[in-house]
Amino acid sequence: MNQLLYTLQIADNALILGHRISEWCGHGPILEQDIALTNTALDHLGQARSLYQHAADMFNALSTDEKKTLFSSTALQNKINKGEALDEDDLAYLRDGWDFRNLLLTEQSNKDWAYTVVRSFLYDAFNFYFYTALQNSKDTVLAAIAEKSLKEVTYHLRWSSEWMIRLGDGTEESKARVQEALNNYWTFTGELFEATTVDNAALADGTGVDVAAIKIQWQERVNTVLDEATLTLPANVWMQSGGKECRHSEHLGYILAEMQFMQRAYPDMEW
Amino acid sequence: MNQLINKNLYGDYGDKEQAAGASGTHNTAGEWPLWEVFIRSKAGLDHKHAGSLHAADAQMAIENARDVYTRRMEGVSIWVVESKYIHASDPFEAASMYEPANDKVYRHPTFYNLPDELKHM
Repeated sequence: MNQLLYTLQIADNALILGHRISEWCGHGPILEQDIALTNTALDHLGQARSLYQHAADMFNALSTDEKKTLFSSTALQNKINKGEALDEDDLAYLRDGWDFRNLLLTEQSNKDWAYTVVRSFLYDAFNFYFYTALQNSKDTVLAAIAEKSLKEVTYHLRWSSEWMIRLGDGTEESKARVQEALNNYWTFTGELFEATTVDNAALADGTGVDVAAIKIQWQERVNTVLDEATLTLPANVWMQSGGKECRHSEHLGYILAEMQFMQRAYPDMEW
Repeated sequence: MNQLINKNLYGDYGDKEQAAGASGTHNTAGEWPLWEVFIRSKAGLDHKHAGSLHAADAQMAIENARDVYTRRMEGVSIWVVESKYIHASDPFEAASMYEPANDKVYRHPTFYNLPDELKHM
């Protein structure tokens, strides 16, 4: 059960951030960066898909009682009551907001290019070390997904780091805007390294990652990039959290409303 | 004389439209310069021209090329060069440049008698 929740936590990060980034599709500042972001969104979505498949397998292996109590969504309950096995789409499209375990950072809005770059950078730097460590998971499926995803994540981090430097060490305006974005989204970085009961249990049984340990690596990487970008490390230490324990900001509902609409309105539709 | 040695950019743009915006008066001023992208599809083959794109510098050009031109496993290596550094022949000189070769079939190695034993030529 814990392994299922842990996998969902990783999958939800990928799905929600992937969706956020996909919102840029067709709106990028120039064609080439539009395509770059769309590629990245698809990388995240692909990772989410593998992770949800793994989660669905674990869900389907649960006892009937556990299945009935784990998620409250009526749409999922209907499927479970009919005895249907769930798949990756069900977990993505039929789960309600209070059953999502993504980090608050991943659901924050795109706002402008600077905010989008900052959000990606803070997350990519985390994700890079997270997947690096996850390669050693005792859950061989998670380890394999981590190994495959790490190549993509390495490129994401390279892309977002370079944009941090480009904007920070760019014009007066680009610097001011990226610094503002950094100051505002910094408050969501504490949660990256906050170990929940799910994290602790996963760490204890060898399937999870020690998030406290990767904080040092993350901080070093962030410092190096901010240094080169001539940006200032935000001074605020008040950290917002709750996403990993299903308490979300106002944004998640809107994301899900858009993302889940079709499957909710036309159950089992395909095209 | 000036007319005759006029530099032609890739794609036969005139100097006015040159990508880096050096002349400063045309409508691409302030945009990122144009780059030509060459992709090697696998080790051992040569880099082939794939297309062009805009980027602020060489590093971004390579990354943009990766995202625009190698998404379907088209490449294992990328070259980029700013379009303004490509010199092209003048299309108006095509007659004198290329037509003289038209009636010189003897330049093709097709006039040799090959022995019967030789196959696959």
